[in-house]
Amino acid sequence: MATGNPKTAGKPPGDGITLRQQAYIGMSQTTDHRNGTDAAVLWRIIGLALRYKFRFAVAVGATIAASAFQLMIPRFLGDAVDNAMGMLSGTSIAPALAREALLDAALLLLGVSILRGAFTLLHNYGGEAIGHLIAYDLRLAFYAKLQELSFSFHDGIHSGELITRGMLDLEGVRMFVNTGVLRLVLLTCLIGAGGYLLLSTDLLLGLLSFSFVPFVAWRSSVARLRLRALWLALQQRMGTLGQIMDENLSGIRVVRAFGAERYEVGKYDVAADDARLIADERIKTRASSTSVMTFAYFIAMGLVLWVGGLRVLDGTMTVGTLTVFLTFITILQTPVRQLGLLVNSLARASTCGGRLFDLLDLEPGIRDQPGAKPLSVSKGALSFEEVSFAYSGVGGPPVLHDVSFTVARGRTVGIVGPPGSGKSTIANLLPRYYDPSSGRITIDGQDIRHATLASLRQAVRVVQQDAFLFTASLENNIAYGDPWADDGMIQDAASTAQIDGFVGGLPEGYGTLVGERGVSLSGGQKQRIAIARAAMLRSSVLIFDDSTAAIDAETEQRIREALKTPMQNCATIIISHRLGALRHADEIIFLEGGRIVERGDHDSLVAAKGRYAALFNLQSRNEDDLATPDIQGAAE
Amino acid sequence: MTTLPDNNAGRPPRAVVGSQISQDEEMFGAAFDGQVIRRFRTYVRPYRRRIYVALAAVLVFTAAQLAIPLIIRYAIDEALVIENADGNLLSMAIAAFAIVIVINYGASYLQDRLVGLTGEHVIFDLRRAMFMHLQHVAMAFMDKTEIGRMMSRLQGDVNSLQEFLENSITVAGDVVLLFGIVAIMLLLDFKLGLLTLSVVPTLLIVRLIWLPRARLAFRRARETNSITNGALAEGIHAVRTVQGMGREAVNFALYGDKARENLAAHLRSAKFAQAMVPVVDTLTGAAMGIVVVVGGALVLDDALDVGVMVAFLFYIQRFFDPIRSLTIQYSVMQRAMASGQRIFEVLEVPIAIADKPDAADPVEIEGDIAFNNVTFGYTRDLPVLKDISFAVKRGETVALVGPTGSGKTSITSLLHRFYEVWDGGVTIDGRDVRDYTKAALGRHIAMVLQDPFLFTGSILENIRYRTKGASRDDVEQAARVVGAHDFITALPDGYDTELIQQGRNLSLGQRQLLSFARALVADAKILVLDEATASIDSYTERQIQIGLARLLEGRTGIVIAHRLATVRGADRIIVLQEGHIVETGTHDALVAEGGLYARLYALNYASFDDIPEDVMQDAISAQART
Repeated sequence: MATGNPKTAGKPPGDGITLRQQAYIGMSQTTDHRNGTDAAVLWRIIGLALRYKFRFAVAVGATIAASAFQLMIPRFLGDAVDNAMGMLSGTSIAPALAREALLDAALLLLGVSILRGAFTLLHNYGGEAIGHLIAYDLRLAFYAKLQELSFSFHDGIHSGELITRGMLDLEGVRMFVNTGVLRLVLLTCLIGAGGYLLLSTDLLLGLLSFSFVPFVAWRSSVARLRLRALWLALQQRMGTLGQIMDENLSGIRVVRAFGAERYEVGKYDVAADDARLIADERIKTRASSTSVMTFAYFIAMGLVLWVGGLRVLDGTMTVGTLTVFLTFITILQTPVRQLGLLVNSLARASTCGGRLFDLLDLEPGIRDQPGAKPLSVSKGALSFEEVSFAYSGVGGPPVLHDVSFTVARGRTVGIVGPPGSGKSTIANLLPRYYDPSSGRITIDGQDIRHATLASLRQAVRVVQQDAFLFTASLENNIAYGDPWADDGMIQDAASTAQIDGFVGGLPEGYGTLVGERGVSLSGGQKQRIAIARAAMLRSSVLIFDDSTAAIDAETEQRIREALKTPMQNCATIIISHRLGALRHADEIIFLEGGRIVERGDHDSLVAAKGRYAALFNLQSRNEDDLATPDIQGAAE
Repeated sequence: MTTLPDNNAGRPPRAVVGSQISQDEEMFGAAFDGQVIRRFRTYVRPYRRRIYVALAAVLVFTAAQLAIPLIIRYAIDEALVIENADGNLLSMAIAAFAIVIVINYGASYLQDRLVGLTGEHVIFDLRRAMFMHLQHVAMAFMDKTEIGRMMSRLQGDVNSLQEFLENSITVAGDVVLLFGIVAIMLLLDFKLGLLTLSVVPTLLIVRLIWLPRARLAFRRARETNSITNGALAEGIHAVRTVQGMGREAVNFALYGDKARENLAAHLRSAKFAQAMVPVVDTLTGAAMGIVVVVGGALVLDDALDVGVMVAFLFYIQRFFDPIRSLTIQYSVMQRAMASGQRIFEVLEVPIAIADKPDAADPVEIEGDIAFNNVTFGYTRDLPVLKDISFAVKRGETVALVGPTGSGKTSITSLLHRFYEVWDGGVTIDGRDVRDYTKAALGRHIAMVLQDPFLFTGSILENIRYRTKGASRDDVEQAARVVGAHDFITALPDGYDTELIQQGRNLSLGQRQLLSFARALVADAKILVLDEATASIDSYTERQIQIGLARLLEGRTGIVIAHRLATVRGADRIIVLQEGHIVETGTHDALVAEGGLYARLYALNYASFDDIPEDVMQDAISAQART
């Protein structure tokens, strides 16, 4: 299933230039987005989170509470150790009192642990929930924006790139609340309050306990950023590898026909080795940073044990206080190591968010003008008035040049011409998939740019050559433009498009799924579905953009017969390179290089012995072969 | 809950977004599958020594971790709290500590590095083995295979095995750590150890109740993710149709439903993910409480050293980690076994066609082809070709003509030995194709397929494809001959233009011309061509006819022809019907004969594909009557 019209792919876009530039960079770590600085992006994400003020406040409060309860545990443990040694607040006490104090300490420990657990739950759940709520909001906004942005935007961006943004970039933003914002709060509380508690108890020992913090924080941040870069590089290389495998399997007949198995494996090996180098690098980086961080932490612990031990020997410190310091280090270890995750989360959120917001902030190139009115169709006459068009706006190479013609209701205009002569462009201008660079298009005298898009596109139906079929039932596919249509309407449309016989022969009839697990359709059947889609809808202008190319001539003829009645109420444009389809048109326009070079009805054009006549001869003679005179030559 | 735009009809619309089939192939089965493990060993064996070293590093690392609280205990009990406290003993303890952490450092680095690299390399080997294998499995298997599914095995399944591999060695560490802690606690003080461990059954019970529910919730979250993302992908691919048909509002509402389900599933899964946190914290608190009350009392009674109590408190902090990672590991193993099964399924597909040991690989061939009493089919008892015999002389072009299903494509496939004949034989220069190497067949037979498949890469690379020796001039020359040069040079980067999404930025006709050039560069003696059925505009069509004639010059050609122009250009026409050859001869001879070909020709269609099925049936049955 191709994406839309292949002829429009790769044309420069009108809007979204920045996006186009990034289109093939894929997931590279570009910060070249126009959404201001990284900080602005992060603030904007926080702004999204603040839509859920209550949840946010609860999550932040719970984070602070969780860290507070966490910080109480070492102190209770230390006291308990002292109690067990028959001491209370540094002085010896009676065993009975000590026992009582032990029981108190145990209950406090249990209580504080329960509270810590409960608040940790609230903190983590709150963070996750806000993240998912933001993701939900962004998902909807992204989808809506996507549907709104005009063709020229979609022409200029690879669909894979859009999918990346809508999935991976969105994930990056989602994770930011929990792994970024809340973790920052947690770390600040733990290090700040913990530091105060320890330093105020014993300055030297406090400093030693914290000695690993700056090193591990720095090390884990550096390592994380490096790992992130490596991860992105790995993803890109695995993407290439995946593509090689995918193409090898899809093109397996070509591969075998050329005996190219060894060549393909060679191609695979180059890409795989490339990926493996990065993968290995990643593992080495991870191994060295993890082990060195653990080492630093243990060094701090050893120093505390040593210096603290000396203090205990001096009698200036109790074993309980030493235990407080030692457990503190244990508690700090994990969050400090996670600082790397925090830095990673910030980096990821700012690039992902930047890319996502860039897209969400785009204004569609084509939309309702202020004061646009619904199109009012009375006579249904359509007219092109000196229309010129270039895909890259004014200044680009023109695709259409001063094209003028009119089609009245019930009449048909045929358009023919060599590839690239601008035929499809005419079809694309009518529903305003693009706007002309100059001139205007009117329906019943109203400039289509002054009508609302919805009413215009309801009035104008284009049947594309390359119909997109959905993985849905046949009836859903046919009724795509009017999901509320009843069975009769669907069957009528199918019989107009001469596809009813085929559908009727399927065991599940109109309920048959289209695609891999259902029925696979030939090119001609797909085109007939597309015709049925359009036939279901009432419209004032009907355009067939080479939409019968894969249908045999006989069937095409029957479709034309069946469409006769609906076409009486329409202005019809038929674009085709098969002249049989145009023969009965009221006027035939021969386009070349974006200009109308010949026009008239079939008989007069044949009589004129020009380009049309040459083409007609070429197609009507069965013995056409290499001896056929050059079409262009004959025209001169 | 659906907020569809009101359209007065009192029933839901016939509308869906996204694929209607869940893509999730994941299933949960046994966490241990002997067969998968056995097969897997083959791929692990080359790294045997590394794995032993890694395992040793894991054990040393775990032992060092277990030792640290013991050293603290020693320092407290032997150096600090006894009557005649001794600074030397403290120094000794610190020295021991230093040694242990250095060992721990080394072991940790070695473990992470070796485990990671080995897992990575085994996985790369496995993926390459699959890819290699797929290059040689029977075409019949590839015909039935959905590319998307195969890709998910090559990527998704392989990744989940990697996860398993990396974790599997750390699991060993976790188990040792868990039993080590239990053993040390019991040895330090049996009664206190037993009491402290009494919280463990509670954890296990809670975890057992929690696990199946949580797993369901996690799975549901993953599923809704793939459903929502599938709908988004569809929205992106189909955006032109959506806008053209004015379906924005309906689709947005339907997508909203999916996004809402996704949100609900994730909120539920987040609840489950966090539910264990307070349980573990409470049990940790309870265990600490037990040590404080019971242990503290014992210390007061001088029945226990205070250092032991401190060591207990340290062990408790570490105790719950391995339990948690072990239960996570269980799901990883289940996933890995299911993935392993799917991977080995692929690797077990037999290689149907292998070179004979003495297969010929001639440098040059003449190009005489013969089919001798060939019978062949794709499914047992349903032959597609029935006792077919014909010969094509070197330099001759033969057109194969006949209705769909008459066996034309099978003939070309058999010539290239994509499949094996059931009976009879196909020879090239008098030698059976089974006696050539596959590489020789690939070199001497060029094929142009109906769908001109192109690869991502530049036009130059695509035309050259595997013909390494072809220079840029050769490529341009070939393009000129088939008439592709003009449109290529009109592209922004000429021959270096990158093809996007397998050439979707070119028209079908242009792609066809490129595939002609590709075959020409391959310069094979025999050319097999399956003419494109899709109608191409008259301009390109003419170009293709010219290119085709040039391509066939001086080669033996077998052309599956759809267009009359092509058929007429052939030296000889073979008319096939239901696996039999019904007529053979030149165009004029066949027309004069008045058989099926003459009837079809008389219908006056420019292409045989244009003939509607019923008309074709009429012609065939008329033929049968005569």
